[in-house]
Amino acid sequence: MGQQFDSATFGMWVFLLTEIMFFGGMFGAYTVYRSMYPEAFASTSAYMNPLYGALNTAVLIVSSLTMALAVRSAHLDKQKALQIFLLITMFFGLCFLVIKGFEYHEHWVDMKVPLIGGHWNYSEAPQFAHQAQILFIFYFFMTGFHAIHMIVGLGIMTTIFIMARKGRFSPIYYTPVEVSGLYWHFVDIVWIFLFPLLYLIGHTRTIL
Amino acid sequence: MNPVTPVRTYVIIWLILTIMTFTTYAVAQIDLGQFNIVIALAIAFFKMSLVIWFFMHVRTDNPLTKLFVFAGFFWMAIFLVFTLGDYFSRGWMPLGKFW
Repeated sequence: MGQQFDSATFGMWVFLLTEIMFFGGMFGAYTVYRSMYPEAFASTSAYMNPLYGALNTAVLIVSSLTMALAVRSAHLDKQKALQIFLLITMFFGLCFLVIKGFEYHEHWVDMKVPLIGGHWNYSEAPQFAHQAQILFIFYFFMTGFHAIHMIVGLGIMTTIFIMARKGRFSPIYYTPVEVSGLYWHFVDIVWIFLFPLLYLIGHTRTIL
Repeated sequence: MNPVTPVRTYVIIWLILTIMTFTTYAVAQIDLGQFNIVIALAIAFFKMSLVIWFFMHVRTDNPLTKLFVFAGFFWMAIFLVFTLGDYFSRGWMPLGKFW
């Protein structure tokens, strides 16, 4: 069983590293374009609300904590605690998506959705209109793919919760809980980088 | 099989992560020029390391997994450094007359 556990964890890490490459490509492209148009990116970032971003970061970090505690409960054979922690984790995951939905709604109202057949108006700073579209497309693709990962994560957690209710896990076999925990933490890590790169540029006040 | 991590460790890591989130939010309000992005990424990297090491249990994983995780991130770093090295160094060399 120990060897099974190790191989499963290792296999999950192989998958997660492909995910790192997937998101890494987008982060790399983002960096290149940001270095090309620093002023436009900084000025456009003012449309991202960093309060939402910070709140969502906090929500995801709490959900990571409860996920770690769920894995721990499974390891210690605390069946009730495992189920409760899984439910709390899913609740915070849902909170994240709801907040994200409010943000997307605000962008839609602001006419800042430059996707195909989009909803776009950038007459406030016409000199940046094209570069602003680039940042918003990065924004929607990166946060969109992240949100899809969150939804997949919620699906996985539902499955794990049902398995937990059926009493499938024990201190000898809790590998699925551990492995889906790895996935959940990984999605959290992606957001840890998205938050400063998308929300926290261009909100500086000169005090120095 | 991994040993069980005490709840206290998890809560302390969570506290540090939350404090770091507020720190990065607060520092972003101050104009430090080039250093804003350096500090923001340093904090993000630190947070990521904490999550990987403690929440994802790499701390207690076997050496093979540890090596593999490290190698993955190292490869990612190579990928980013080479891409950015290409873009940033364009224009350093003047183009010759005959090109």
